[in-house]
Amino acid sequence: MANGILGIKVGMTQIFQDNGAVVPVTVIKAGPCVVTQHKTQAKDGYNAIQVGLVESKPPKKVTKPVRGHFEKTAKGMPPTRLLKEFKVEEVDKYPIGSLVLANIFTPNERVTITGKSKGRGFAGFIKRHGFGGGRATHGSMFHRAPGSIGASAFPSRVFKGSRMAGHMGNTNCTVKNLQIVKVDEELGVILVKGAVPGANGNYLVIRKAF
Amino acid sequence: MIKPELQAIEQAYLRNHPVFGPGDTVRVHVKIKEGEKERIQVFEGVVIARKHGGVRETFTVRKVSFGIGVERIFPLHSPSIDKIEVVRRGRVRRAKLYYLRKLRGKAARIRELDTRTKGMASEKAAVEQPPAEPVADSTTPQTTSSPTEG
Repeated sequence: MANGILGIKVGMTQIFQDNGAVVPVTVIKAGPCVVTQHKTQAKDGYNAIQVGLVESKPPKKVTKPVRGHFEKTAKGMPPTRLLKEFKVEEVDKYPIGSLVLANIFTPNERVTITGKSKGRGFAGFIKRHGFGGGRATHGSMFHRAPGSIGASAFPSRVFKGSRMAGHMGNTNCTVKNLQIVKVDEELGVILVKGAVPGANGNYLVIRKAF
Repeated sequence: MIKPELQAIEQAYLRNHPVFGPGDTVRVHVKIKEGEKERIQVFEGVVIARKHGGVRETFTVRKVSFGIGVERIFPLHSPSIDKIEVVRRGRVRRAKLYYLRKLRGKAARIRELDTRTKGMASEKAAVEQPPAEPVADSTTPQTTSSPTEG
């Protein structure tokens, strides 16, 4: 069993347990993934498989480097948009061209999910770092400003790494220890309790948590 | 835009209930677990709102119990709902009946929907019933004839 898979965030919903409790879940279309390359101890210094996510709409245009990579390692396979590696003990268990499917997971298993967070653009202090800001009324003239960032006598400069406004989101984000609630092999879908990073339709890397 | 995977997942949890909407008086049979035993409790009142869609849909039932307004929000597709009975169809003109919270007694009545004309309730045939006292009219049949105000 591979210890990870690529997927696409479908969206969130809720499901009911038998006792009536509601569980918030994220639906993830996990796989199908195809093994495209082997990384071996002898050649690369570690054992891993490289897998590509097979999508319903394959890419129309493929850059020459990607095409060349597929020619070399996985001949005759249609190129995929997303390629990622998962470490394995023995690469021979996963021949090139074989599929990794959602059934590698079982309910109640814990997983780590990585995705790209939603971009927030240029965000202020309050949103980006959770600063308090000032009061809105009662003559307050200090609303959403950062406050002092470097006083005049000491340090009379701004320390490096001071938290300020700037670009927020659209970065890789990992959430650990998420619980698998349900696996639907037929749909190739897994249900994970709680939220995962990014917008619907985002690519996700789902790894087994150890 | 609902995605097919999402819809397929939700489909398995959807339950069939009788059609009802805001203004209708319903009896909701709720399963209640007390230790090992399970029993059914009935909550009867006017539906004042239905919210959300798909498996997340909920409805709010309002009743006046001993002079105190009580509202309960039920997830429509929850397995803890044993069944829903529609006691009475009401004729209302909006989807959310939050205005009932400010009204009491006679003012909080809802005119009954004339089902013969399929939603186009004619005023003469419409029957009024005080839903404000569901404790009293818990056994009231559908056709209590009293002349309309309007």
